[in-house]
Amino acid sequence: MTYKRQIDRLPIVPADAKEHNVTCHFCIVGCGYKAYTWDINKQGGTEPSQNKFKVDLAKQQGADSPAWYAPSMYNIVKQGGKDVHLVIMPDKNCAVNSGLGSVRGARMAETSYSEARSTQQQRLTDPMVWRYGAMSPTSWDDALDLVARVTCQIIKDQGEDGLFVSAFDHGGAGGGYENTWGTGKLYFGAMKVKNIRIHNRPAYNSEVHATRDMGVGELNNCYEDAQLADTIVVVGANPLETQTNYFLNHWVPNLRGTSVDKKRAELPNEAHAQGRIVIVDPRRTVTVNACEAEAGKDRVMHLAINSGTDLALFNAWMTYIAEKGWVDKALIAASTNGFDKMVAANKTTLEQAAALTGLTVDQIRQSAEWIAMPKEGNARRRTMFAYEKGLIWGNDNYRTNGALVNVALATGNIGRPGGGCVRLGGHQEGYSRPSDAHVGRPAAYVDKLLIEGKGGVHHIWACDHYKTTLNAHQFKRTYKKRSDLVKEAMDSVPFGDRPALVNAIVDAIKKGGLFSVDVDIVPSQIGQAAHVWLPAATSGEMNLTSMNGERRMRLVERYMDPPGQSMPDCLIAARIANNMERVFREIGMAQAADNFKGFDWKTEEDAFMDGYHKHEKGGEHVTYARLKAAGTNGFQEPATGFADGKIAGTKRLFADGKFGGKDGKATFMETQWRGLQAAGKQAEKDKFAFLINNGRANLVWQNAYLDQHNDFVMDRQPYPFIELNPADMAELGLKQGDLVEVYNDNGSTQAMAYPTPSAKRKQAFMLFAYPTGVQGNVVSAGVNEFVIPNYKQTWGNIRKIASAPEGTRHLSFKSQEYAV
Amino acid sequence: MKKCDLMVDLGRRRFLSGAGMAAAGAAATTIGSGPAQAKPAAALVDYPVSRLGTVAELKVNEPKDVSYPDGDAPGVLIKLGKRVPGGVGPDGDIVGFSTLCPHKGYPLAFNTADKTLNCPGHYSRFDCEAGGQQIWGQSTQNLPQYALRVEANGDIVAEGLDELLYGRLSNVL
Ligand code: SF4
Ligand code: FES
Repeated sequence: MTYKRQIDRLPIVPADAKEHNVTCHFCIVGCGYKAYTWDINKQGGTEPSQNKFKVDLAKQQGADSPAWYAPSMYNIVKQGGKDVHLVIMPDKNCAVNSGLGSVRGARMAETSYSEARSTQQQRLTDPMVWRYGAMSPTSWDDALDLVARVTCQIIKDQGEDGLFVSAFDHGGAGGGYENTWGTGKLYFGAMKVKNIRIHNRPAYNSEVHATRDMGVGELNNCYEDAQLADTIVVVGANPLETQTNYFLNHWVPNLRGTSVDKKRAELPNEAHAQGRIVIVDPRRTVTVNACEAEAGKDRVMHLAINSGTDLALFNAWMTYIAEKGWVDKALIAASTNGFDKMVAANKTTLEQAAALTGLTVDQIRQSAEWIAMPKEGNARRRTMFAYEKGLIWGNDNYRTNGALVNVALATGNIGRPGGGCVRLGGHQEGYSRPSDAHVGRPAAYVDKLLIEGKGGVHHIWACDHYKTTLNAHQFKRTYKKRSDLVKEAMDSVPFGDRPALVNAIVDAIKKGGLFSVDVDIVPSQIGQAAHVWLPAATSGEMNLTSMNGERRMRLVERYMDPPGQSMPDCLIAARIANNMERVFREIGMAQAADNFKGFDWKTEEDAFMDGYHKHEKGGEHVTYARLKAAGTNGFQEPATGFADGKIAGTKRLFADGKFGGKDGKATFMETQWRGLQAAGKQAEKDKFAFLINNGRANLVWQNAYLDQHNDFVMDRQPYPFIELNPADMAELGLKQGDLVEVYNDNGSTQAMAYPTPSAKRKQAFMLFAYPTGVQGNVVSAGVNEFVIPNYKQTWGNIRKIASAPEGTRHLSFKSQEYAV
Repeated sequence: MKKCDLMVDLGRRRFLSGAGMAAAGAAATTIGSGPAQAKPAAALVDYPVSRLGTVAELKVNEPKDVSYPDGDAPGVLIKLGKRVPGGVGPDGDIVGFSTLCPHKGYPLAFNTADKTLNCPGHYSRFDCEAGGQQIWGQSTQNLPQYALRVEANGDIVAEGLDELLYGRLSNVL
């Protein structure tokens, strides 16, 4: 049977409930929410005077009501040690989402830690260490002492290159300015750690090097631009599912034509019409379907290119647009370098691009017209360009990114209303760290080094390589072997004999072992191989600042206690630093110890003031009190001042025609097509039958670290789905819900067959990073010149493992496309 | 990791946690409003028993507009022509659902081709043949389904719901 909560009423938020500003801690969009808390033995009433919403709750509320919350928005949590009711509901007054909650964010309350209602009991409550053959609880002092002793000893033996680190670099949960600063000050300030990687890729690098190298920072527009554009171009992204409320609240009005009045008001003196959209994606997604439903098929162009050929398409657009003269000559002359050279080098005819992409010449020409052909009255067409993982984790990342920015820049669409060339983003952002220049470029390929036996200690911060890396099958095998050597050594001595324990660990490391310390909110899959778990607090259990995809910065106010003894990551980093300072002194490395000063923070606000406030552009104008006053709308970074009780921000970057190059200009990039760039990809394509395209789904946040214990999600999604054309399923002898093995020379994994008539033959799409079937197992180790993984271009074979298991029999396998 | 056990008999376990929830709300009422009452609060709200139609009047795949538990709560009765979870009647194929989308309360439309309820608000889809399971969408609930019973005379009677209805904090106002 389909999961039903059997909840038929909820406690009413009383008029005097405490109100806290919340930004959803899941995706990049950063929707505004309010958290209401009140004593467990109280509740509001239906009379307008008795509830927070001042409405008569004895009546049915209408659509879009700001006075209704779903059971998933309710929980009982601890605040100051006492049980309180908690409702976290979308905020109608937030400009980002205007009261919309998505299927992910609207479960924030339900996916909170609750002893009273037994939700998220997986959360770590105590530091845990490997003791007597299992992970067992211990005190912070004990755990930190062990971590510091082993880490310091390895640095003494091997230098700082013996310490490997995997750390988040983003905002929202498992990140934020406080926590990136805490970890950053530890590894890039007190130390200069070089062997470090980020949560979803095997090195410490930008996913969008090219646009930055061109002088065009990647988050350069505002969400309103999607309402103002004549045409939206979206590449390798599925915003209805992965930037949901940005799409619903800002793209849809344009596609529906309801933002035309806004266009006329903000941009008078030019013609305006309902928006158009060009979607570049080999797969037909629900985004394509929704766009067609809103704008009509004649205003939606879905360019279903051959996987990995985006670059050829963009170069052809650029060539055609330049030939037609549809470029912004004034901007090119005043604010850019290298235009002519770029056009000459990247010359690609419509016919050449058609042959590579599988599109028709007409499709490429027409899409170029939608992008750049002047409007009525010869006005410049306003086109917004947006891209995400299809490009970022796709073939030839660096050049493809550059090629798209070339088109946006040449057509004068950066820094202008209705324009922008932006990544859409996954997590929110929240990066504040000392310089990473010592890491170098290309950065160390950390996962490969770990597989090769390098490094002695591994500190992991909210990363789960077992689910979110490439070549994951081999990584797990090797990592486990190395970690087991240390576990066996730890088992050979009494835990209470600290010198003996540290010696045993250090000896095992000399024999190829790896000591693994995992800082996380839940026991992750890589955590199964770790020797120490340090329990972290998440957003709302601490005050936390981040910014969204339009650089909108907000403060999430702490509304509940963290579970047990868990602490904010920034404070965990500070306590590691304090302990390492002590141990370095004890082992006679006073000079090293001196580098660990400045970690005397008591609260996350201390870390914020030490980091963001002191070091980030405009940070001097930003404090917790000012952010609290700015509520769920916050301000758009960078801050430029503080006046009349408000932080002044920046709506669009580069609006003054000044770009990020040393000379204040942007530089066009030469980006010739060179086939499947990553080593071994072409051979893999030639050898295996199916494209194993992969990505995210609406229902699941990130690697399901919370969703794996959410009944609503696990009922619908017990295994990762793999979308297959029904004719392919027939050939493979598959029925819906059957478990299949996906395999190639890199490894193998499992998924649940989901018949999908819109899927092209031999083009499968599998949910990425799911705990019950890891797509990364079959992704090769091939990367680009800056060690960016290429998850998307993966080929493999598929075979049946088992008929639909019981847990899948009640599932609907109907089309996901809205149909009336 | 104990997620695999989660797959076992979800329905019953969830009923228990759900009932626990409703009781928590009820307990708070008693405590908050003066001296404790001797009479224990009901764990579920008291649902009206309402006649929504007859077996004879329903034709396969032609939804009948109804409302339950009161006139402000629109819904449908559908004879699907195939035995399904929660289905009643001689063929076990009659089901009833709320037609207010549990996301933001927009009215759902029945698609006769694939027997789904579709939301024009933000494209959510619910499968009438799978207990109102959200096929895809923004709702954090599956669709509230009616607990139906067929009387000896062929009357179809509703007497409960399995999820909170959109737009109200108590299914019975
Ligand atoms: S769209 Fe993203 S930020 Fe908004 S509620 Fe959903 S998950 Fe949260
Ligand atoms: S109201 Fe139905 S999907 Fe939003």
